[in-house]
Parts: sequence; C-alpha cells; structure tokens
Amino acid sequence: MRYAETGFQLEVDLSKGSIEKVETDPGDTALYLGGNGMNAKLLYDRVPPGTDPWSPDNLLIFGNGLLNGTYVPGANRTSVDTIAPLNGLMGHSLMGGFFGAEMKMAGYDRIVIRGEAPDLVYLSIHNDKVEICDARHLRGKGMYDTQRLIKEELNDKRAWVAAIGPAGEHKVIMSSIDCGNSSAARTVGPVMGAKKLKAIAIRGTKDVYLAHPNELWEICSRLRKELDANPNVGDWMAVDEDDSFHHNNFSWGNARVRRKNFWSASIEEKWRNLKYDHMSRQTGCWNCPKACHNVIHWPGRQRFSYKCYGKDTFHMASFQELDFTYEILGVSQDLGLDSYSTPQVMSFALELLENGILSEKDFPEMPADVRGRFYYLLHKIAFRDGIGDVLAHGTSGAAAIIGNGAEEFDHNTVKKFEQLPIKLGKLNPAYFLMIATGEDMAITQIEGSFPQDPITDPELKEEFIRKWTAVPDKKFTEWFRNWEKRDQLSDEAMCAITDWNECMHYLDDSLGICGFVSSFRGQFGGTTGYDIWNMPEIVTHATGMEFDKDRLWECFQRNRTLIRALNIRAGLKRSWERPPEDHWAVRNEEYEQQLLSKYYDFKGWTFDGIPTKETLEKLSLGYVAEDLITKGVLTGNEVTALKDTRAKKEKE
Amino acid sequence: MDKNGKKTKIVKEIKVETRKCVGCGACEIACSAFHAVPKYSSVNTARSRIMVVMDEVRDIFVPIRAGDYTQAECNGRNRYVIDGIEYDECTFCPASCPSRDAFKEPDSGLPLKCDMCESDPPLEEPMCVEACTFDALTYEEREVEVEEETEEVKLEDLEIVFESLRKKYGLKKLKSTFSRLSKG
Repeated sequence: MRYAETGFQLEVDLSKGSIEKVETDPGDTALYLGGNGMNAKLLYDRVPPGTDPWSPDNLLIFGNGLLNGTYVPGANRTSVDTIAPLNGLMGHSLMGGFFGAEMKMAGYDRIVIRGEAPDLVYLSIHNDKVEICDARHLRGKGMYDTQRLIKEELNDKRAWVAAIGPAGEHKVIMSSIDCGNSSAARTVGPVMGAKKLKAIAIRGTKDVYLAHPNELWEICSRLRKELDANPNVGDWMAVDEDDSFHHNNFSWGNARVRRKNFWSASIEEKWRNLKYDHMSRQTGCWNCPKACHNVIHWPGRQRFSYKCYGKDTFHMASFQELDFTYEILGVSQDLGLDSYSTPQVMSFALELLENGILSEKDFPEMPADVRGRFYYLLHKIAFRDGIGDVLAHGTSGAAAIIGNGAEEFDHNTVKKFEQLPIKLGKLNPAYFLMIATGEDMAITQIEGSFPQDPITDPELKEEFIRKWTAVPDKKFTEWFRNWEKRDQLSDEAMCAITDWNECMHYLDDSLGICGFVSSFRGQFGGTTGYDIWNMPEIVTHATGMEFDKDRLWECFQRNRTLIRALNIRAGLKRSWERPPEDHWAVRNEEYEQQLLSKYYDFKGWTFDGIPTKETLEKLSLGYVAEDLITKGVLTGNEVTALKDTRAKKEKE
Repeated sequence: MDKNGKKTKIVKEIKVETRKCVGCGACEIACSAFHAVPKYSSVNTARSRIMVVMDEVRDIFVPIRAGDYTQAECNGRNRYVIDGIEYDECTFCPASCPSRDAFKEPDSGLPLKCDMCESDPPLEEPMCVEACTFDALTYEEREVEVEEETEEVKLEDLEIVFESLRKKYGLKKLKSTFSRLSKG
C-alpha cells in the first residue's frame, strides 16, 4: 500500500505510440520525495548528456508534488521539467491549480512524455484508460478554445486540460503550458510543441490514501485556519492596491529605466477603480485558503485571470499603465506566451530598432504607437512570422542571431533566462549567490526565508524574532539580531542564508506546496505557513514514512545536488554563474569570485562548482559520482572549492 | 415541541453564495475525506457529495450538494441566465440521475447523497461548510412547525443503497443475487 502517492507513473512514447503504467520504487520516494526531485532523477537516468533538447529523446515530465491530491492545504503544484532548449540545462516550471490533484486521482504520480508524434495529438487520460488522440483540428487554437473543445469532445466538464497555444506549437522559447488558472510558464512549453503534443486532458476518480488519517487531518484543519488568518501568506499583489514597490523600484522598458517617483495616490485610486470595475472575482488553487488570481473581464476581451507580477510586466515593458496590461494580457495568455519573458523580448526588439541595430524593414507595416507595436510583435512571435521567428528564440537567442552589437542589449539574462528587471546600486551578497547559482533560474524561486532587509528598530526586531518560529537554527537568529546594513553579514552567513532559502523552495517543489504559503513568504513578517519544523510530521503522517527535520533537509540537499550534477553534465560552467553585469551599479569582481568559491565549498562542490565524489556519496548519489567519473567530468580525487589552489590564489 | 406545544422539527440549511466561491474545491475534498472509511483515510472528489460546477472563463462557480437519486432524466431541461451569465443545463440540479455522472460512487455507480455529515458526536456544521474559508457556504438550523404528527421515516445508508438497486435492477433480481451471495 502506498500513501500520499499512487506508486505509479504513466510513461508515454509519442514516437512509438506506446503507453505504459509503471510501478515505481518507494525507496526513490524516500530519497527524492516527488516533484522536481523525482523528475530530476528521471532526467538524469534517461536523458544522456548531449541529447538535443528538441529531439524525441528529451523527456517532458509532469511530476506531482508528493502531497498533491491530499488535504494538506496549499499542496497542489506540479513540477514540469525537461532539458530546456533555452540553455540546455534542466528547465523547471511549476503549475498550481488542479492538474496535479486530478492526476493523482487518476492514479499517477507523474506523466513522462518521450518521443515525438507524427502529427499534432493530445493525450486523454481517464483513470486507466489512456489514449493518444488526433489534435490536427486544434492546430493554431488558443489556450481557451483548446481547453473548452477538448472537454466538449470528451464530454467531461470535470476534466482538466493542460495545453499549449499557437506559440507552443511554433516552439517559441517563451511559450507556456496552461491549465485553467495555472501555468507552467518558463522553458517547458517549446518542448511540448516539439513533441507535437497539443494538450493533456486528465480526469481521475480513484482514492488517494493517507497513512495516519486522524493525525494528518488534525494538523491540516488547524493549518488551513492559520493560513486563512495569516496576512503574510498568499499573494499580496492580488489584494494590495499599493504597488509602489514594483513600479518605483523595478526597471521599465527593456529593464532600462527606473521611475523612482512613479507611484502616487492618484495612480493608486485610478488603478483600484480599473481593477474593481473589471474584476469578476478572485479564484484559488486546489485546496488552498488563499485566492491569488484576479479574474478580469475587459471590454471586447475574453475573461482571463492573472496572478503576481504578471499584473505589471506588459505595461512596465511598454511604459503604459494598468489598463494596457488588462487589455493585452488575456490575448498573450491565449496565444500561450509567458508574461514574464515575452514583454522583455518585445521591448528588447524595440530598443534594437531605436538604436539602429534592427531597421524599419525588419518590422513591415508595424504601427507607430507602442501599444500597437506590442500587439504586432505578440502575433509575430506567437506564429514565428518575420522578425518574430528570430525573437522566438528569447532575448539571448535572438541577440546571438541578430549580432551587430545586439548582445549589448541582452543585459538582463542569466544563463539566457530573462530575470526580473531589477537594477540596483550596491551589491547584495546573498542575492549575488542566489542569482548566480540558482538552478531554478528566477530569483522568486530561490529567495524567501530570510528577510531581504534588516529591521533597525530594536523593539520591532525583537518582536520579529519572537514570532520567527521558522528559523531552522539559532545562528540565523543571531545573524539577524546583529544585522544593521543590507550587505553587511559575514560570508558564512550569506552562504547559509542562501542554503536555507533554497532548502524551502526545493522542499516545496518536491512536496507540491505553493511558495506563497511557504518558501517565498518567510521573508515578510517571518510567519509563513510551512517551515522545516512542521513539514516533517506532515510528510510522515501523509506517507507513513518516518521523516524528521534532518532527513527532510537531506532530501533537499540530495535534490539540489542531483540537479546541480545534471546541469554540470549538461555543460554548466562556473563562468556562467554571473548576475547581469549591470544588476548592481557597483561591483567587485574579486570579492564576488571569492564569495562564489566559499558558497561552492559550503555546498561540498569543487572550485568549478561540481559536487565532489565524497559529497555525492554522502547523499546516496554514488551512482552519479560513478557516472561523472566515467564521463570524465570528475576524477574522484577533487577537493572542495576553498582547498583548491585556484581559490588560494584568489585569496592572495 | 416549541413553547406553544406544537410539534416542530429542525431544518438544516446550507446557504450558498456563489459570488464568494473561489473554486478551490476545499468543500469537495473535506467531504470525501470525512466520508472515507476509515474517516479521513483518503481523498477522492469523485466520491464527494458536494461538487463545484466551475468555469472561470464564463465566471461560473456553483457548489451543489447531492440530493436524491432519480431513476429517470427530466422531461426537458432548464437553462438559467442570471446577470448575463448563461449556465449549462443541470448546473443547479442536485440529483444523482442517469443524464450525468455526478454524485455516483465511481466504483459501483451507486448514488451518493449528502447526509449533512451527521455523526456521533455531531459536528457543529457540515464538513464542507467548515472547510470553506471564503464563506461561500454557511450553515443554519431553523426550527419549523410540523403540521401533522407523522413520524419521519429516515432511511439508513444501506436502505438507500438497496432502494436504488431495487429501482435499477428490480426486486426479483436483487433478491436472487442477494440470496446467492449470502450462501457463498
């Protein structure tokens, strides 16, 4: 009997047309939990280095978090993972909503897609009945029509459909996979397109079992009430009308212009009215007491919902106001484009035009006004028409194709991945580490447990510390207590803080818990829903496997290290681990490199950022060590970074 | 009895405010967990006796509770239009009926019916209400006068099952199957 998980994964090869239901090893669950951890293991075992991400040999995996489909509140996130065509590294995107829970009830912990269909298909799953269906009639259809039409075709209103739009079909790097109000937005959509898989429809009517029902129910009932009452969790952007933080501090256009005094009372009033005049309601994800999606019905447009910073990206990239986002965002989502990276790519293109690197003839019949231009580019990109065929490679990819100095304008990517448009003054060491080394690529998927800034008022600081139950070790409390200025913490503290931040995200992603009630929310107010203290007993009662704090923390370390090894094997280099050059105005290369070495050392990695044989073996990843030695990535005699002569030289 | 000596009964009522529903499905999940055997040992919303009819694009969010089993489909259907939103036929209907697969045990196909989570000791409010942190579902008890002195017949779970089996397969078949199985 398996608890919390089903013990089965669905393996579909679209080239062969084969479908298999495969029993999994509970020993793997104990080691990797689920979600990104299990997905990484499959990618490591089955996709050899050098595999072309576009090829049929790449895998696209929809991996349930271990706790999805249970009554653990806010556990609903599915890790969608692949080797990303964007940069050849592991592409990781999270989808909330309902898809994961439905997959569990259909009897599967994950769906593993391999191969490439001869023509456009969709996968229909109803418990054990799984079919590959013709989807040629859905070619070119938007996200909303695709989901509706498939449900009608299957005559099942309760099915959940994860689909790509025209952008995904055209293998646009910024394309997303959408299901209801949720979206696996980054890096994975183009692989679904390459596999000619238009959608996966899923419906399940089986039981998901829990190991210790009374204990788990008691904890979850209490937790549900706590999350509901806790203003520090959930997405503020859905409810707080004061959005001065992003508008005054983030950069507009192609991550270019800071407008420090943009926000005003009159803007706030105007935008509040815009929102409430057009908002149908707020919606939530499976079994979560927070409702983070605002559903907008804009005149002449289909109803759509947004969450988080997706509210700002279009109008900030185009120097417009909220009404423009409300007008264009639903259109962009219907085309299946991600709202973080796409506006950046478009403003990058317009900047190239302004600077003479691209010319008017690259944009035939483009309107003169910026709004018109954004619509023009949106459609060009989604259908890879004209200049859109180049821009479909993302900012870095397009810059490389265009050349002629275009690379200089690609100034907001790390490992080719578009970052939040943040350009600040003085280096923040912990953020340097997170942005440089984060395998999840986006800072919002790494930061979150330790506060961003110190509290200077002694009373408020002590008040914060009193409520700060999430702290895994009292050393963090002491660092926080003595912390005066943002960049003034010891390097040791910076490494440990980065590690804790990462830990909570990795556990969330493998368990399925949403960062908004967990990993991302500890930094604000300190009282988040889930932490390293309450997670172990929840996992224990749900699965029946004994977990304590140390064992769960080790699962994080194992998953983190495995993903690092996977990326190293795929070609990741130390020299790639750099935040954008202008992320901070003042930089100190020497210090940054020393800090990077210290972090690698802290992690048990070599000077080149590779986990040592000893580190791998300690985490039951001996098979990875063997593989890396066979492939010549490791010799097996390496030392950790600070013991390396190159680090010693660095120090001198 | 109320103070005037008239016979009364308690009517249990769940008020559904569809505008407040966010579609999280917590009501369905709590219902299926509560009715699992043993209690809370599994989640399967297909076994739930409450269901949220949901369509974000059309702004439809309607929690409905399972009512009585009905043997036959309706003669004609209702399609409601409320405040410009057109609801599909059967959206508001609580019946377990042959026209759709809602409110049927997924394994046996037998009908499910909301029992207001009656249990011993009694809950303060049904599980779905308890789980709804958005107050889309609220619980009320009303005392109403009963005109005639008729004892209300309350069917036990098993009786509901047998009654629906009788309707589906006929008494004769049910009897013979039952006696055959009891011999085994």
